[in-house]
Amino acid sequence: MPIEVLMPALSPTMEKGNLAKWLKHEGDAIKAGDVIAEIETDKATMEVEAVDEGTLGKILVPEGTNDVAVNTPIAVILADGESAGDIKESGSQPAAAEKVAESAPPAAAENQKVPAEPKQAPSAVAQPPQPEQAPEPDFAEGTEMVTMTVREALRDAMAEEMRRDGDVFVMGEEVAEYQGAYKVTQGLLQEFGAKRVIDTPITEHGFAGLGVGAALGGLKPIVEFMTFNFAMQAIDQIINSAAKTLYMSGGQMGCQIVFRGPNGPAARVGAQHSQDYSSWYSHVPGLIVVSPYTAADAKGLLKSAIRNRNPVIFLENEILYGQSFPVPKLDDYLVPIGKAKVVRPGNHVTLVAWSMGMSYALKAAEELAKKHINAEVIDLRTIRPMDTQTIIASVKKTGRCVVVEEGWQQSGVGAEIAARLMEHAFDYLDAPVLRVSGKDVPMPYAANLEKLALPSVAEVVEAAKSVCYR
Amino acid sequence: MARKPAAMDDAAQRNSPNDDIGEALRLKLYRMQVELREAEQRAFDLFLQNLVKGTSHLSLGQEAIAAGFGVAMKPGDLSFCTYRGHAHTLARGVPVEKVLGELMQRDNGLMRGKGGSMHLTSVEHGVMGSYAIIGAHLPIACGAAWRAQYKGDKDVSVCFFGDGTTNIGAFHEALNFAVVWKLPVVFVCENNLYMEYTPIGDVTAVEHPAADRASAYGLPRIVIDGNDADEVYRAAMKAFEIARAGNGPSLIECMTYRHSGHSRADPAKYRPEGELEKWKERDPIKIYRERLKQFGVGDDVIEKINAEVMQVVNDATEACKAAPMPSLDILTTDVYADGGWAWRN
Repeated sequence: MPIEVLMPALSPTMEKGNLAKWLKHEGDAIKAGDVIAEIETDKATMEVEAVDEGTLGKILVPEGTNDVAVNTPIAVILADGESAGDIKESGSQPAAAEKVAESAPPAAAENQKVPAEPKQAPSAVAQPPQPEQAPEPDFAEGTEMVTMTVREALRDAMAEEMRRDGDVFVMGEEVAEYQGAYKVTQGLLQEFGAKRVIDTPITEHGFAGLGVGAALGGLKPIVEFMTFNFAMQAIDQIINSAAKTLYMSGGQMGCQIVFRGPNGPAARVGAQHSQDYSSWYSHVPGLIVVSPYTAADAKGLLKSAIRNRNPVIFLENEILYGQSFPVPKLDDYLVPIGKAKVVRPGNHVTLVAWSMGMSYALKAAEELAKKHINAEVIDLRTIRPMDTQTIIASVKKTGRCVVVEEGWQQSGVGAEIAARLMEHAFDYLDAPVLRVSGKDVPMPYAANLEKLALPSVAEVVEAAKSVCYR
Repeated sequence: MARKPAAMDDAAQRNSPNDDIGEALRLKLYRMQVELREAEQRAFDLFLQNLVKGTSHLSLGQEAIAAGFGVAMKPGDLSFCTYRGHAHTLARGVPVEKVLGELMQRDNGLMRGKGGSMHLTSVEHGVMGSYAIIGAHLPIACGAAWRAQYKGDKDVSVCFFGDGTTNIGAFHEALNFAVVWKLPVVFVCENNLYMEYTPIGDVTAVEHPAADRASAYGLPRIVIDGNDADEVYRAAMKAFEIARAGNGPSLIECMTYRHSGHSRADPAKYRPEGELEKWKERDPIKIYRERLKQFGVGDDVIEKINAEVMQVVNDATEACKAAPMPSLDILTTDVYADGGWAWRN
């Protein structure tokens, strides 16, 4: 499968840059680590290194192009045996604010594929894809939509809730004067002042505990962690203090608080900055765990989280911050917590994902459609409470399920979904539930290793084909 | 109220403008200390009778601190306690029956058996929880103080902790931002000389584990006799005045001694010979009884208080013995704010 090279970001908050120069040309052989291009912003210049081996098949953005959005495909690398003719089929139109992950594992992984078992062709799969009933929308048909990034949607959600309720405030490292390490709190200090937008010292345990104490007294804090990796320092406050207090106190006092920030792998930041905590927090009674993919869900769910009277873990994603999605233009757009969403109907296999996992799942569904496998894609959106009903209803229809997560498999969210399907939909399953996940290693730094450690579209496609016995 | 004839100097002292405390408050302080002592002694007896089955950590010998602060605090002020928190909870006026009931895992307990000895909470009395993770409640107390500052309220948050807490990061994190943001919080270190079983001096860089660190946060070094309820009360009032005036936190190190072991399972064999006996000479209740006599309060008044407190503790014990265990249906209540554990479709 041809591999797209995406416009990289020089910093977590960069949204566009200039493609200064191509150092390789169409037809050149490329090794992993080769410098293929130079990009620049008003602040810095950076070399673009190839992650994959192959041949530079096509340059999609010519040198000298200004204001190229981050994550736009800028070139396509062909693996052995592929030709420029394959490029179209990969669907690499640069309509690509939403393109993120690269769509195939490195060649090494391809070569390690176990030969497939002889395949049965169940009748359901052999039939051509049929149009499904459209899923229930979160807002009325005909609602005006505006395009915005996840970053802006999160900011707007906080701003709207802070306007609505004087007890809501936001605190964290660099959230005020610097406008957020990832610029999610942009403009909040200017609108709400230093009393409600508070720069903390670097003390995760401390300011998480301070938020808990403020919440026990009736305020509604939004505590931003610069990343959830740092929240390991605060996990005692989150679990022992925030999640358990209502129960331990016999219902006397609860804790209305949102802990939010980017979760999971970003890019090239190494093992201590690249962990997915979805399953960690979802283990804990008393917590609510939300992890949106789109900007619309980010906005609607964060507003719901701020109003929720429980401690909410709101897991964002650094790579998604800069991606744009249509968001309904409504005065008060709320998405209910605990409701998964069928974002692509299908009847052959159910793909369940959330946050970045959705980008793999949706692309895999595209690929699968070309192979006449009609995948139903469910965006879980809330990890706890988990919308088991929506998953079961889908699996009763498809008989097959693949879960995509960036976290590790053992005791992961995918393991939980597989268990629930065993308990509640065993008789409907035509194949074992498969998990496509982060590999069972700390996140490596080198781009090619990192890519191999993450789930890929190709792995999702393979897993889906496998459960369809194709 | 019958009274021994007071000596002239006692009378002079009692009426002196220098006596900022006065008889009524002193009787309150005495009654409180006796209640804390008798209630905890009863908890220990009930443990020996196998009626308190879970873990418990007593503060026998440290009553003057909880009592001094408890009497100084106003309604609306908030207490944050540790797992050694029976005394601090009772000192806010929580009924003995509610505390013993919780220890005895009865339905009449403060949290109906859901929290136990280490998590005593009574929001209506301003007891905002007892925390069994060392250090965690210092930032939480700052958060409560933050709320007061945010709302423009005048209440003060008081955070009690042991000497062992001064070596955990949260102590330093909390002190730092309490000073940075001038939070109305009072940190009360009860230095009973042992972190659990190890002398605090063996594992701490400075002699006074709290007070000797105060200067790092621009706070005055305060060490007081934690076995003298008057001294504790005065230190508390001064700290509250600073906090209510918007001038920020205080850190007070109270020197004291734990008569019992760290927990119910600890016979405290690690103490040097004679140490306990020496400190028992400085038993806060003994000291205070002498103080009352010095101010002319008669033995009969003192004995009457003792008898009244004993009656309260006896009545509470009987009520708890008669109370049922928690009903099983509460296992799954109050996990989430809707009152249940549903939130899970």
